[in-house]
Amino acid sequence: MPVIRAADLVKTYGDFDAVAGIAFEVEPGESFGLLGPNGAGKSTTMRMIGGTLLRTAGVLEVLGLDPETHGPEVRASLGVVPQQDNLDEELRARDNLIVYGRYFGLPLSYLKPKADELLEFAQLTEKANAKVSALSGGMKRRLTIARGLVNEPRVLLLDEPTTGLDPQARHILWDRLFRLKEQGVTLVVTTHFMDEAEQLCDRLIVMDHGAIVAEGSPQDLIRRYSSREVVELRFGSDRNAAVAGELRALVDRSEVLPDRVLLYADDGEALLETINRRGLNPLTSLVRRSSLEDVFLRLTGRSLVD
Amino acid sequence: MSVDRTTGTAARVVAATGERLRRRPAWLAALYVGNARAVIGRGFRVIRNANWGIIATGFFEPVFYLLAMGVGMGGLVGVVPGPDGRPISYAMYLAPALLATSAMNGAIYDSVHNVFFKLRFGKLYEAMLATSLGPMDVALGEIFMALFRGFLYGIGFLGVLAGMGLVTSWWALAMLPVALLIALGFASLGMAVTSFMKGFQQLDLVPLALLPMFLFSATLYPITVYPGWIQAVIMALPLWHGVELMRQLSVGFFTPLTLVHIGYFVAMSAVGIVVVTLRLRALFLR
Repeated sequence: MPVIRAADLVKTYGDFDAVAGIAFEVEPGESFGLLGPNGAGKSTTMRMIGGTLLRTAGVLEVLGLDPETHGPEVRASLGVVPQQDNLDEELRARDNLIVYGRYFGLPLSYLKPKADELLEFAQLTEKANAKVSALSGGMKRRLTIARGLVNEPRVLLLDEPTTGLDPQARHILWDRLFRLKEQGVTLVVTTHFMDEAEQLCDRLIVMDHGAIVAEGSPQDLIRRYSSREVVELRFGSDRNAAVAGELRALVDRSEVLPDRVLLYADDGEALLETINRRGLNPLTSLVRRSSLEDVFLRLTGRSLVD
Repeated sequence: MSVDRTTGTAARVVAATGERLRRRPAWLAALYVGNARAVIGRGFRVIRNANWGIIATGFFEPVFYLLAMGVGMGGLVGVVPGPDGRPISYAMYLAPALLATSAMNGAIYDSVHNVFFKLRFGKLYEAMLATSLGPMDVALGEIFMALFRGFLYGIGFLGVLAGMGLVTSWWALAMLPVALLIALGFASLGMAVTSFMKGFQQLDLVPLALLPMFLFSATLYPITVYPGWIQAVIMALPLWHGVELMRQLSVGFFTPLTLVHIGYFVAMSAVGIVVVTLRLRALFLR
């Protein structure tokens, strides 16, 4: 049985369709991603899964129950990591975990060792008695994730887990999330970072304007919607458009962005050689593997991070 | 960290929660899990670390009134007729009214200012309602914390009265549960009103409403000095009922109106709890 099942799920605000009829299923133990730009409807979907936002229409089942009518029961088995940290600033780090566990009705005899275990998992053992306001952004994020694990949830909902963190903090966090996945926790992650989706997700849906535009594993999506490699060229902002016509003739697919031209090819080095032989002389050139960013560009004509 | 998610303590508690909720009518199961004590536990954990000096400030206001009005002006006024018609000193007349006010102040400080902050800035209730707590658990827990502060102020003030020799009857002990009832009423109403507030400007309206209510609710002199329609307005407001109730208790003299006063606070508390529950649901479970 899927842990989450959505069908024709709709959320409207007045005339605006935040989520415009989406359908997906999440299997137990899976790491499932919702990828899309800001405003695509990812967080709205997450909040409907947690039962803290009512849907306008459609079917939604979490662990076999409707989160709208069985909110407390559904949330008892969920871990929620919201986009904005909402730690209890009036409590210290360790007390945040214990008190949050009490909200689930968990006994102190369970929570005291659990809090220490989670602090260690979040690499915050030294900060156990620190005030929340004294923690860095990355530490707060890890504490929020640790808090979301206090009830040993079957499903962990992570809304933009690493937004606003520096690269080092992001990698620590990814490592921790990967360990959870290994333990069989079902992860549902929203992100607008393609590298994050590639790192964390077994399977994902790409969302845009409240609708699903593609679904599959990251590799699968890249294979289906992009070439093996991409050549990125910069000719300077005036010349990018001017040479685009000539470049386009060389490949099946190209994208002209304000600052660079992307050419899609199976053999990037060979294509770059051809370009150089023709004397087009780009200022900079880069051959790389295709990513989800390219998939998104292909599907929507826009980049993920504007 | 290895975890067995099907047989561990957490899994058992979750299963028991589900079991308990399924036995309830559906409308109640979505509102109330029966775990308000977790919210109260949080409140006490915060109080333990809090600055007691700040908590105590609100307590002194009625004490100052007692000293200024009761002792100071009481010397000029002398003796006034008590609730049962027998003459009592002005300080004796004033003290129960200030005790009711004290319970009100404590409950209001907490349920208005503290709740407003947690609601709009601390995101506390948002975090609570992402767990298995229902909005009514949060409402009851937070109202309890406000009522606790009102009760503390009440006990403290009763201690001051005892120290000044203004407690003359064993009925004074009954003033404690009544202080609790008054605090409950104001805590529920205070949190209900606060749940509608959006900005600090609206918070400023609270003292603007409370000060005249305090001055005119038969605290300092009987309301019989007013024309009938003003009396009716005062009698519709909660503090008058609290003042009258405390004053009757202070001499152990009761009338059928005593039950009306008690009923007023019971109704006020019930309405407040329902409004807070529905507002929390409207704000965080939309």
